[in-house]
Amino acid sequence: MEPVTSQTITVDVNGTSYEREVETRRLLIHFLRDDLDLTGSHVGCDTGNCGACSVILDGALVKSCMLLAVQADGSRIETVEGLASEGELTALQQAFSDHHALQCGYCTPGMLMSATALLRQTPQPSADEIKKGLQGNICRCTGYWNIVDAVTAASGQEVASHEA
Amino acid sequence: MLLREVEYVRPSSVDEAVRLLGANDGARALAGGQTIVNVMKARAAAPDVLVDLNRLDDLKRIVVTGDTLELGAMTTYTQLMASSEVEVARPVLAEVCATIADVQVRNRGTLGGNLCSNDPTNHLPPLMVALGAEMVILGADGERTVPASEFFLGVYMTAAGPGELLTTILVPAGRRAAFDAITLGADGTCIVSAAAALDGEVRIALGCVDAVPVLVTPASADEAAVREAVQGAGLDPPSDVHASGDYRRHLAEVVAVRAVRKASERS
Repeated sequence: MEPVTSQTITVDVNGTSYEREVETRRLLIHFLRDDLDLTGSHVGCDTGNCGACSVILDGALVKSCMLLAVQADGSRIETVEGLASEGELTALQQAFSDHHALQCGYCTPGMLMSATALLRQTPQPSADEIKKGLQGNICRCTGYWNIVDAVTAASGQEVASHEA
Repeated sequence: MLLREVEYVRPSSVDEAVRLLGANDGARALAGGQTIVNVMKARAAAPDVLVDLNRLDDLKRIVVTGDTLELGAMTTYTQLMASSEVEVARPVLAEVCATIADVQVRNRGTLGGNLCSNDPTNHLPPLMVALGAEMVILGADGERTVPASEFFLGVYMTAAGPGELLTTILVPAGRRAAFDAITLGADGTCIVSAAAALDGEVRIALGCVDAVPVLVTPASADEAAVREAVQGAGLDPPSDVHASGDYRRHLAEVVAVRAVRKASERS
């Protein structure tokens, strides 16, 4: 194999197979958003800090602005578009709605993917485990309490009262 | 962000990776990408060719041989955290990896990437120096082994030169080791760090106080001996927005004492 500047890749995104030629310099987030028109994953900081671009790649949570699209060749990718099935929200998405776990909503796709990955690994996380699981995701509205509550509720656990 | 045009290649063997790295002066290894991709976005570096190591399973092995833990350079932090071999032979490694950045970075970031990028704020260079690890480097002329204390040469510079690849890290087994750091927020970038190993002689490696980890070997694990050894190391740390040089020198003593205390409580 010799170095190339573009390559044809095949990826499975939310159960649909796509074959596309991509420039090797293309980041995975731009491939998803601009080539596949899956604009649910957001570009927040573009420096790997905010987590708004988080997707699940072959079962592992990753920031899609921190890898090249060619690196995903042959992989299975899950994005926020793949969560709800036929208009039916997942328990986590419903909990985000019920607990008002979003304000401007920009960080929400990344939060949902991180929380989805967390709940697969730790079905009943403690508040500290939720915070650690969402550490790579920044909410600039700073609405963290409600996000932790939503993840707690989605795991079937009782949500603590925040009354003073 | 649109990166500068870059060639990409995914070798199918470690030998092929070394050949590709040697074939072009502008070639760089692509490990987890959690540093280099950002560096490329900022145009702080612009490699001509990226040699992607992510599918080389030979570089992801974790094996215990006698008293040595052999770690492939492409093992991720998440893999090290979950490894039963690491838990038995060198638990401090899993403990430190759990405090690096966040889940996403830990899923992609690698041991070899952390060591070879050798940012002075990285966690693993001081840890490897304190543990007395050895680095196995493969090049066109074959393999050589370099002690961690000689591997880190300067900011972003290591003994793995152009055309060479860090393949394996050999870590002596042992349980009496610990790490302590003052960080920017929980699990954030280190402002000052210290790794301590007490399995043989007392070895402390200080991070963020110089271009490379500073090794100090106090006569004993007593607090007074540790303080004296750090004071005697002639530290002249850099000043930045997070801490003045004087404050870093003070913190180095504090984290060294804490790391040694934590290590001595282990058996």
